[in-house]
Amino acid sequence: MADDKDVLRDVWFGRIPTCFTLNQDEVTEREAEPYYLLLPRVSYLPLVTDKVKKHFLKVMKAEDVEEMWLEYEGTPLKWHYPIGVLFDLHASNTVLPWSITVHFKNFPDRDLLHCTSNSVIEAHFMSSIKEADALKHKSQVVNDMQKKDHKQLWMGLQNDKFDQFWAINRKLMEYPTEEGGFRYIPFRIYQTMSDRPFIQKLFRPVSPEGNVHTLGDLLKEMYPAALPNDGEQKRYQVVIHGIEPLLETPLQWLSEHLSHPDNFLHICVIPTPTD
Amino acid sequence: MPVSLLWAVDVYGRVYSLSTAGQQWEQCRDAQMEFKRVTAAQQCCWGIACDNNIYLNVHASDLPVRYQEETYENQRWNPVDGFSDRLLPSDRWQLSDVTGLQHQPLDNFRLPSSSWEWEGDWYVDENFEGEPTEKEGWSYAIDFPATYTKDKKWNSCVRRRRWLRYRRYKAMDTWAKIPSQQTTLPDPFSDISCGGWEINEEPRGRLSLWAVSLQGKVWFREGIYHHNPEGSLWEEVPLPGEVVQISCGPGDLVWAVLWEGQLIVREGIGRDCPKGTSWAMVDSPSPDVGATHVAVGVNVVWALTKDNKVWFRRGVNSHNPCGSGWISMVGEMIMINVGLNDQVLAIGSEDRAVYFRQGVTSSELSGKTWKVISVPRDGDRSHSSASSLVSDVESDTEKGSTDGASCIITSSSPESFVDAPTEHSDQPIETPKSRIPKVTSDSFISELVSDRGPGKTSREVRSAGPASVGPLDPQWSNVDLEEAQGQQAQTGAVVDTADTSSLSSVATFTLAMEDPYGVDEHPMWAWVSGGGCSVDSHTQLNWFNSMVQSVQSMSLSVTPAQTAAWRKQIFEQLSERTKREMDNFRHYEQAIEQSVWVKKGTMQWWRDWKPHKWIDVHFALEQFSGPEGNKDGILFIYYNFYEEKKYLHAFVNEVTILVPVLNDSKHSFAIYTPERTKQRWPIRLSAATELEMHDWLALLSVSCCDSRGIQGPPSKQAIWSITCKGDIFVSEPSLSLEAMPYPTPCDQMFWRQVGGHLRVVECNSIGIVWGIGYDHTAWVYTGGYGGGFFQGLASSTDNIYTQVDVKNVYIYENQRWNPVTGYTNRGLPTDRYMWSDASGLHECTKTNMKPPSPHWTWVSDWTIDYSVSGGTDKEGWQYAADFPASYHGHKTMKDFVRRRRWARKCKLTTTGPWQEVPPIPLSDVTILPCAAQSSVDVVPLWAISNKGDVLCRLGVTALTPAGSSWLHVGTDQPFKSISIGAASQVWAIARDGSAFYRGSVSSQSPAGDCWYHIPSPSKQKLKQVSVGRTSVYTVDENGNLWYRQGVTPSYPQGSSWEHISNNVRKVSAGPLDQVWIIADKVQGSHSLSCGTVCHRLGVQPLEPKGQSWDYGIGGGWDHITVRGNSMEPPRVHLPSLTERTPLPVRNTEINSSAVGC
Repeated sequence: MADDKDVLRDVWFGRIPTCFTLNQDEVTEREAEPYYLLLPRVSYLPLVTDKVKKHFLKVMKAEDVEEMWLEYEGTPLKWHYPIGVLFDLHASNTVLPWSITVHFKNFPDRDLLHCTSNSVIEAHFMSSIKEADALKHKSQVVNDMQKKDHKQLWMGLQNDKFDQFWAINRKLMEYPTEEGGFRYIPFRIYQTMSDRPFIQKLFRPVSPEGNVHTLGDLLKEMYPAALPNDGEQKRYQVVIHGIEPLLETPLQWLSEHLSHPDNFLHICVIPTPTD
Repeated sequence: MPVSLLWAVDVYGRVYSLSTAGQQWEQCRDAQMEFKRVTAAQQCCWGIACDNNIYLNVHASDLPVRYQEETYENQRWNPVDGFSDRLLPSDRWQLSDVTGLQHQPLDNFRLPSSSWEWEGDWYVDENFEGEPTEKEGWSYAIDFPATYTKDKKWNSCVRRRRWLRYRRYKAMDTWAKIPSQQTTLPDPFSDISCGGWEINEEPRGRLSLWAVSLQGKVWFREGIYHHNPEGSLWEEVPLPGEVVQISCGPGDLVWAVLWEGQLIVREGIGRDCPKGTSWAMVDSPSPDVGATHVAVGVNVVWALTKDNKVWFRRGVNSHNPCGSGWISMVGEMIMINVGLNDQVLAIGSEDRAVYFRQGVTSSELSGKTWKVISVPRDGDRSHSSASSLVSDVESDTEKGSTDGASCIITSSSPESFVDAPTEHSDQPIETPKSRIPKVTSDSFISELVSDRGPGKTSREVRSAGPASVGPLDPQWSNVDLEEAQGQQAQTGAVVDTADTSSLSSVATFTLAMEDPYGVDEHPMWAWVSGGGCSVDSHTQLNWFNSMVQSVQSMSLSVTPAQTAAWRKQIFEQLSERTKREMDNFRHYEQAIEQSVWVKKGTMQWWRDWKPHKWIDVHFALEQFSGPEGNKDGILFIYYNFYEEKKYLHAFVNEVTILVPVLNDSKHSFAIYTPERTKQRWPIRLSAATELEMHDWLALLSVSCCDSRGIQGPPSKQAIWSITCKGDIFVSEPSLSLEAMPYPTPCDQMFWRQVGGHLRVVECNSIGIVWGIGYDHTAWVYTGGYGGGFFQGLASSTDNIYTQVDVKNVYIYENQRWNPVTGYTNRGLPTDRYMWSDASGLHECTKTNMKPPSPHWTWVSDWTIDYSVSGGTDKEGWQYAADFPASYHGHKTMKDFVRRRRWARKCKLTTTGPWQEVPPIPLSDVTILPCAAQSSVDVVPLWAISNKGDVLCRLGVTALTPAGSSWLHVGTDQPFKSISIGAASQVWAIARDGSAFYRGSVSSQSPAGDCWYHIPSPSKQKLKQVSVGRTSVYTVDENGNLWYRQGVTPSYPQGSSWEHISNNVRKVSAGPLDQVWIIADKVQGSHSLSCGTVCHRLGVQPLEPKGQSWDYGIGGGWDHITVRGNSMEPPRVHLPSLTERTPLPVRNTEINSSAVGC
């Protein structure tokens, strides 16, 4: 039987084959070739699209270029969601590679945050980690870390260094054995057909009676509609990192193994494909 | 944590035990009659039955209780008869004790009670001081009494020999009546308490047993120890009043309650006086209400008063057994008991349930909350779901209130409960609210209960109505004082009825079924004893929510099989995802390019040039991916050499080992490469904090393992070793490690650390690995890796357990005699420190002595150590003419100095892939080194207990490496070392330094049949043995390594010892007859090392003694075992036309020699 640690590696090294094409409306000097790239599921779009930007800038005039943004089938892609979440939420069950349209004009200020530099991503990433640790350990672990440890987490993500990242991140995943888990599980539930960006509430990994909470327990409480009723066709898929864990999976285990580097468990609830 | 038992008696007199691993009370069916009280130790349980006699239940163990009776036959020579039993009138008896003063004919020996049986008949002991005697076991002397020798001399006028006979205690696991040999025996006993096992370890298994009679007298049972579990006689202890109840802790605390309600404390209890000398009086905690019950542990005293209030005594320790003041605690209890580790158990006055005090630690002895032990009893019928649902919900309510009440103090002010509690308990209280979910968080509890307190519920209940549970049997009234306070025992059900209103609301909460009993079946307990129950605040107990689990398994369907299902599902889906999303797109460009990763830090470095000292350096580890995708790296140490910036570097793939060297001043570690090993001069670095050191070590270790492609648990062939710090290292042997003629040099072996702390480790080639801790605990390897400071990726998640080890730190108190004041601590100016280490060179006082490293914490106070070689007087002193000299245990005219040793226990808690094998502490272990045919084959494993018994482990297989039970192998003397060879040859070393060979050991007869005595090399005392495939090696106390000559299949004992080497500490002979040792005084190019791993070169079937040594890692190594490495090295293949023929030839040769022996 494979080791639980292999899951961490699989999660980290998950890649989405992506085809970037330039939006038809962009003014170009010559035709832009599509650009193919393997995107890390756990990273953020602006961190991994430097090459894409360079590629398309070659065919464009500098004065036509504004802030780059990306779109999939009409949906602007939020850079502050992990790439894997964007894919699972909008494009799972579609044909690969994932086809993303690149824009350099008409930035959709209503839908997207501006991302002027990597330091904005870093700030977002670190604040997620701190928020997660506030839930898990009342911030004790992250506050005990030194500045360089924080930097190491960020550098690990930015440079795709699994060992470097986990050398520090393991501390964030520890908990006193007698408590059986974190204080609260940092999670976010995303859904496509809602105006709410995501669901995030307090939820403990273990019930007051000492029962282990499962993924099913979480959904029952947060999003009962996501669970199939008896005898009914499954209407929704519950997707984490492109897979559908069984509802019996203990939440604590999921939080330790299937969280994104920002330490949140990102859960996508998407309609079951009809075909 | 070994499984141990909590004992209890219910109000009907039935005795039950609850295992720390169990989830139900097991009735002690053997008890023929009802019992009133029980008091437990780990090895036995005492009880008072309703016939007022005392009964003893000795737990069957793998070590039998056998007692050696001996008597001496004395003879004198006369010219007519030669030696005969005609003695001079002034002589001793023909059959006497060793002193000759006591007449002891063979038929005078009687079994002490019907619980004993003879093992066999009398026989003559043919050994004399470790040497076999000539026929008939005689030893000779000039006259009685004199020095005896085994040889008859011209002037030998008398001789004697020893007769031996063993008797065995047979009444194991049953209640055996203690014979009352005195006719004046007291009026019936009403209370007993045993303890005192920590006062003195000698004789082994010693216990103090205190008893109270109905007339209020106190009796002390003399002479209880392992070989005499029943003790010998009762002795009355004078008293200042009439006692009703007594409690004896594991150490030197003994408290009793007087009829008038005061308490008395026994003073003067010590090593030489377990009975103590006098009583001191302590007032009842409450001036108006007398005490009714007291319970003591090692450092705690708990008491109950007539109003069922619970009290904790502050400031109790062995210097101040009376303590300093009472603290009121929450809860209403009718009986209380302190078990091992000062854990507290009580019986509720309301519900008569057994409560466990949660959160008792050495720093918080008063604990946190009372938690009811709610497990079913065997024989309780299962209920229909409907009825149990109702009752469960109800009792849940009740439980909630109790829980909440007991939490008040700790939750409101965990540290300062000392000041707070009394007001609380007197406040008026509301009825518990109906919403009472089960809660675990303190803060949550405090919210819930902040507006109410304990007491009201019960008061209401008492007035609420008649008892619905059977009242107490009247027969208990004369035993249990509590009767005087009114019958508040019949309660559980009443609470239920009072609170039924809560049913509907509670039912919406989860069905935490605390109590599986129907209303009419609520168990009512009368007495509980935790003296045999080894739990502490970290123990995982299943006593509290067993029903929750069963409910869960029904409704939430989390069963082990399905647990595997969800995990399996994730693994499968992840690999599907990889196929789906990545396999067809491998040619795509990666979004992030790989680069070099550097980690930097500042450290101190023990500089290479003289004068050596720690200097500040910058340290960097650069990691990069090697050409074949393997990872590699370089270490840099940047330093200043006379203002000039320089650096030192080492390639990660050259590092052979990282050794933590932690002491109280430096968090340092050593890095070795083959070259540094040759120099005996590692790179020594010191981090600013321990945490930083561990981070670096974990990182470097992962880096080293990555560069060598090593991951996961050690292989079955791995070589295990242990440093003098107890750290465990493994090395994967290369195929050519034992190759001839060019083996891998052993300074190139790569060692990696495994979590845990051991003194001895032994393994074999099918992956069975056992270890022994400093505290003699036996451990079995679980198949994991990592633990300790290896966390995250360098450690397996499963198979890592907490490991605890305990060792003694010693210091010496030195004194010199002067004619005026006698012995004082004023020495001569030239003398050693008056408080020092063993050498006398370093000052070590009680206050400045620190535990060996920050990982260790003190767990006892300084005590005088009497177990020093050479013996001591009553105060622990050893005398000598001068420092330093040889010491002896009594003062003579020529002695002017004396010293005594003080010991203090310290404890280390770590984690590693080890699980305890209870209960017998070991001093040595050995496992058959050959490869077994299949995994179910039972593998012989022998061990020596720390008392010197020889043991054989049954049921050891590759799948069950811990085995099942011990089989005791009889010996006439204690042993200290043992080893089994590949052909089941068992050799052992006795404590007197001689060797023994065990005859006829085979798979049919795993314990063999008899011992053959093998004399040790002349004038040497052997200390350790290791048997390989055919070779037998021993090490003696002077560091000589000996090889047994002339061992053949028909004469496995061999003929003589041949000296191989000196400066040897330990030897390990492997299944290929390879020989590895730990050697002292190995000279390197820069330094000398002690405790170095060495490999014997040139060992061949025809030359088993080998030729020379190759030097490996060290110094500081204590132990090595190569008994897992059964990999035949590839035969060196000289170019020849006949391809591959030599290999089979060699194999047959080997097989024949292995089978032949």
